[in-house]
Amino acid sequence: MKRKNLVISLISGIIFGFLLHKGGATKYDVIVGQLLFTDNTVIKIMLSAVVTGSVGIYFLKEFKIVKLYPKSGSFGLNSVGGLIFGVGFALLGYCPGTIAGAVGNGYLDAAIGGVAGIMLGSYFYAGLYPKAFKKLSEFGNYGSRTIPELLKVNPWVIIFALVCFTISLFMILEVSGA
Amino acid sequence: MGLFTHVRWSPYLAGSLIGILSWFTFIFLKKPIGCSTAFARTAGIIGKLFGNKKIDQMEYFKQFEPKVDWEIVFVIGIVIGSFISALLSGDLEIMSVPVTWERYYGGSFILRLIAAAAGGVFLGFGARMAGGCTSGHGISGAMQLTISGWISAIFFFIGGIITAHIIFPGGGIL
Repeated sequence: MKRKNLVISLISGIIFGFLLHKGGATKYDVIVGQLLFTDNTVIKIMLSAVVTGSVGIYFLKEFKIVKLYPKSGSFGLNSVGGLIFGVGFALLGYCPGTIAGAVGNGYLDAAIGGVAGIMLGSYFYAGLYPKAFKKLSEFGNYGSRTIPELLKVNPWVIIFALVCFTISLFMILEVSGA
Repeated sequence: MGLFTHVRWSPYLAGSLIGILSWFTFIFLKKPIGCSTAFARTAGIIGKLFGNKKIDQMEYFKQFEPKVDWEIVFVIGIVIGSFISALLSGDLEIMSVPVTWERYYGGSFILRLIAAAAGGVFLGFGARMAGGCTSGHGISGAMQLTISGWISAIFFFIGGIITAHIIFPGGGIL
């Protein structure tokens, strides 16, 4: 891997970690608070990032400055894997990105228990791959398609809907003081 | 420098800047932000260090080679960035048991470590099965409007919300 890219990766990671901490997402009580609906910080950060990112990425794509890197998947893998991930999300109280931020923040449960657990879980998966997941990967296989491709509409229609939805949700959250 | 010494920024500001950061990773790295694959590769690297010769034959590690790649460097960057922000804002603290956990399960660090490690196993396994995590699917996938990203993100939260309410009956307030 090129040295230039490693430097850019490191700087991007530092900025990401800085922003995760500033947003409050490196804290267990904030993340678990989202899952318990007592703290909406996480959803505010995520949807702000998704909307801002979406507008920018699709704009840059119009000018052929970037291309998309859509991940392929199937309903079987994404839903079952997602639910298993969710169990861990609540029990650990961090996700793979925010746990790195939690380590930097000084949280020992993340640094000692959590990181080791994530690696162990990934290793278990690798041991069972690919045989154990063949059936699930074929169930509802949508490949790397995007929502606009599925619905056969212009991506900006979806982005517009997403922006409207997000702004409405944020206004409701702010007005209700949540 | 005032802004940098604030412990917390508006989540809307932090989130929007994360969105802008991803424009730059698309342009310069030609990659969307993601974190969980780094843990899988590192698991493979550690396995090899301990002399596990099976690793190179495992189908998964043929596709995701156990070596240091941009994502591992990125995750190390997250640790540094969060550390810098915490340090600048006086928020750096050594904490072993989080508040919500302690309220329900007491201050035992061992118990919290076991729960964190068990949670980590589910998280790591689920992330690999879904093909990404809250960053790769929930932020990067969702912003590209992929079906896999949105379905995964929705199920991350369904699983998380149900589990959190089982672990903390009464919604975190005893």
